[in-house]
Amino acid sequence: MRAAFAKEITELTKRNEDLILLSGDIGNRMFDEFKNISPNRFYNCGIAEGSMMSVAAGLALSGLRPIVYTITPFTTLRCLEQIKIGAAYHDVPIIIVGTGSGLSYAELGATHHSLDDISIIRSIPNIKVLAPCDSNELVVFINEALNNNSPTYIRIGKKGEPIITKGIKTLGIGKANILLEGTKNLIIGIGPIISEALEACDYEKNKFNTCVASMGSIKPLDTKFLKKMSERNFEKWIILEEHSKIGGLSSAILEWKNDNQINTPKIIRLGVEDKFIHKLGKQNYIRKELGLDSSTIKKLLY
Amino acid sequence: MIKNKFEELEKISLLLRRKIIETSHGAKIPHLGSCLSCLDILVYLYWRELKIDPFDPNNESRDKFVLSKGHGAPALFQVLAEKKFFSKKDLDEFGKNGSLFHEHPPKPGLINGIEAATGSLGHGMPMALGMALASRIKGIRNRCYALLSDGECNEGSIWESAMLAASQKVESLTIIVDYNKWQATGKSNEIFKLEPLIDKWESFGWHVNEIDGHNFNEISEAFRDAKSNNIKPSAIVAHTIKGKGISFMEDDNNWHYRTPNDKELENALKELK
Repeated sequence: MRAAFAKEITELTKRNEDLILLSGDIGNRMFDEFKNISPNRFYNCGIAEGSMMSVAAGLALSGLRPIVYTITPFTTLRCLEQIKIGAAYHDVPIIIVGTGSGLSYAELGATHHSLDDISIIRSIPNIKVLAPCDSNELVVFINEALNNNSPTYIRIGKKGEPIITKGIKTLGIGKANILLEGTKNLIIGIGPIISEALEACDYEKNKFNTCVASMGSIKPLDTKFLKKMSERNFEKWIILEEHSKIGGLSSAILEWKNDNQINTPKIIRLGVEDKFIHKLGKQNYIRKELGLDSSTIKKLLY
Repeated sequence: MIKNKFEELEKISLLLRRKIIETSHGAKIPHLGSCLSCLDILVYLYWRELKIDPFDPNNESRDKFVLSKGHGAPALFQVLAEKKFFSKKDLDEFGKNGSLFHEHPPKPGLINGIEAATGSLGHGMPMALGMALASRIKGIRNRCYALLSDGECNEGSIWESAMLAASQKVESLTIIVDYNKWQATGKSNEIFKLEPLIDKWESFGWHVNEIDGHNFNEISEAFRDAKSNNIKPSAIVAHTIKGKGISFMEDDNNWHYRTPNDKELENALKELK
């Protein structure tokens, strides 16, 4: 996904001279072509994320369109107050991109896990919160965010995530994308972990007759879509996210359900429990340990 | 003749000192000592240094000033009103419920002349750096300024952005440290080892001037010198007195939070004549 991000902004810099890329000393070689094309529109702001986010605010207040890029915990929680004031309170078009979100950096431990970013950033006014399920959704989001005049946070994976929107014309910010049609159960997910859901459904055959949707736009939430789904007769909803159960997508949906008095079938929340992960391993190992893998999901679909 | 060169500025400072204290008394606005220590620098900036038209405050080629020590807002608001960025009558609402004018500068667009929302220390300087970089990228030949407090130099983001400004050779950026030797609850150098502050800025790759922040000759010379160097960002370390101008407030840190009562107001105004 990060390669798709680099490729897209390398294209965008050719026609958008306001686009400025700020990196927190990561993305080695990935931005070489961008730098060749636009040498004075790339700034390595060092391992100093607080300063970087405020510099982005200064650029955006001056009419430019900075994209701030580094590993998710460092481009979110590390500089949270700079996001709150510099980006959100000023309400300026900064795009914050966090790479390696969720458990993409599983082996790197708690410092590099980001299972709290959606919850925390979602509570700040003005800023959109997006978690694309694959590179196609990401590209649509970036292009749309560049045309918005308010800040956007985009949470992406690392590398090797499968394309799961093949043959689907993905809709933009504020819209859910249906990846698989079915009538028995509904899975609503965010991010690349949706591929676990599709695997559970046995994608090609969809033998459990499941509907799978990507809710890549968590804020704004596609409430029209949710309302429509509530009117279909699913047996249950499963909400899937590589994020804490506190404050993420499932919380957002339950808030909507409560505040609008919507009737839904039973909702099962698949997310990370309220604790740190100590026993490390590959991302698929930890997903399995946490019950977020395809075989666990499959058991819920019969 | 040279002696009178800054007579106008001295008169303005005197007038605005009175207004700041009156407002602090009337609306119970704190940070009086911090406002009085940086006032002369603000007056010099707005009357002699900054290229900003109060009647065209969003002109793209204007100089930009960020009050990084946002708690100096009561001083900045008086300066902006005196320069006619908005009506002096607007300040009648200062500190009242529902007013835009309270203790810190809000986001731009709400009050003319405010370039950035500050109040959380350590944000304003890197934002001013971003503005200076933006001008360079867009080919605008203006200058950007940030006024810091010495306590604010506790914040890591000040030194993060100091190193970035130096590596990027952002020579159009000038920061001023209002070095009044006090922070909220004690002596700056006892709480955090700021000294040697001049050496710190120099070793971070900055062009540095050290001045008396209440002497308009020295302030003027430092800004002239800052503009004459075209390689490094510039820092002006201005030695100031917290509570400057009122004998019973000077160097007394109680006036970081206290506001004057009726008798203290009367005594203060007597001294400002």
